[in-house]
Amino acid sequence: MIRKRHSVIVTTLLIALVLQIVPLPIQADLYRPDWVLIVLAYWSMALPHRVNVGVAFLTGVAVDILVGTTLGIHSLSLSISIYILAANYQRLRNYSVWQQAIVIGLLSSLYHLLTFWVQHLLTDIYFQLDYLWPVLTSMLLWPWVFWLLRKTRRQFSIT
Amino acid sequence: MDTIFTRGPSLNNRLALAIVLSALLIFVDHKVEGFKSTRVYLNSFMSPLQYLANLPRLMLSESAQRLTSQEDLLEENDKLTNQLLLMSEKLQRFDALSQENKQLRHLLDAPVRNDLRKMVAELMAVDKNPYSQQVVINKGAIDGVYLSQPIIDEKGIVGQVMEVGTTNSRVLLLADVTHAIPVRSQRNDIRFIATGSGALNELYLEHVPHSVDIKSGDVMISSGLGKIFPEGYPVGTVKEVRRDESRPFSIVTVTPMARLDRLKYLLLLWSDEDKPSDNDVDNDINSQSKDNANKADVEANGEQNSVESSVENSGTGRDTQSNATSGNEEAEDDS
Repeated sequence: MIRKRHSVIVTTLLIALVLQIVPLPIQADLYRPDWVLIVLAYWSMALPHRVNVGVAFLTGVAVDILVGTTLGIHSLSLSISIYILAANYQRLRNYSVWQQAIVIGLLSSLYHLLTFWVQHLLTDIYFQLDYLWPVLTSMLLWPWVFWLLRKTRRQFSIT
Repeated sequence: MDTIFTRGPSLNNRLALAIVLSALLIFVDHKVEGFKSTRVYLNSFMSPLQYLANLPRLMLSESAQRLTSQEDLLEENDKLTNQLLLMSEKLQRFDALSQENKQLRHLLDAPVRNDLRKMVAELMAVDKNPYSQQVVINKGAIDGVYLSQPIIDEKGIVGQVMEVGTTNSRVLLLADVTHAIPVRSQRNDIRFIATGSGALNELYLEHVPHSVDIKSGDVMISSGLGKIFPEGYPVGTVKEVRRDESRPFSIVTVTPMARLDRLKYLLLLWSDEDKPSDNDVDNDINSQSKDNANKADVEANGEQNSVESSVENSGTGRDTQSNATSGNEEAEDDS
């Protein structure tokens, strides 16, 4: 039982990681949603005692390795974003899907700004508003991912 | 599941732990040099995911290849044959010239520039991280790739290896904001440092005084001073020189020679002087990169080689050259 639960969560996270790094044409690349953040957000809202800051940290390290940033940048921003979610899961669960999408948008912008801020400390990069396109696509994607993951969760009856 | 009595540390403590660990990781990865080898293991551990992510693109290009019409193929074949002919004509003159160059350098007691070992690599993935310009290639530690190894394409220098995995490695492109390369002007040998701008089609020359003789169209080649890039490979052409007297230095923008936005095949160079050149690796080079290979024949580094060692090196260089020419002659016969 426990094995199955873990394997389902890990599989969805791995799929999110792959989607995060799948090569896309440059025009579409700008709008790539934050797959990892969305999937983590769903699990930490649905099972806040199974998936929270610890899993977010480990996934963040994986993102850092895959994307090639300095280790710790994505783990930091993901941990903080997921902390906010996990601390307020009871309130967020009662929101409608569209309200949740707005929360996800805020969370995603926080995630991007944190990532930018830490990288700005390490190297001199400049902020462009283009970097925030993923916020919009993540918001639009949330209802669908939410529906799909809830279906998966009920299918495998994970609690 | 227990909602009231949570197991393990509380959420706040977990967050504190995560932040401390992340800060530690950032510090160690950014400041500690010895951590690079650990990163190799981490990269190899995660590389299956990278291969998985690359699969759709691979399948697409495979099917596109299968669907190419015969006409297109014939046309391409014609073009390539023509190109080969032109290249081999150049090569014939090149051989004589490089021989002459070697003899002259011997007469001058100057170190002879020896051949570089090289290998063709293919692009695997381009990074989606908007803050840096990196690509992943399909050669890694088992192929002998090492840290800050220079990489070129058919036009010029592309960048250097920043992380090595077992079977793939990550390349930092010239255009990255953290990248800088020592260059000199081909026209008058003035030295500059070209730093990346973050945009793929632009580099900046740093600290150029207003009085320096530089104009748009000047070709910048690597100067070999940083000990990372071998000397003499083209880096870019000067696009614009803005001489604003109110600023301490002029602003010079350079367009990179290599088409960084459409890389496919890359050439890894081994610029180590103490490493002997491997002949079996030279076989890896296919005809499309021969012009690069020949460029490398003459424009190798070799600044501190003694004459004795360079004699044997030039011997092997001659061998590979004659191999290359004979290969070209065969190709001509075929055509």
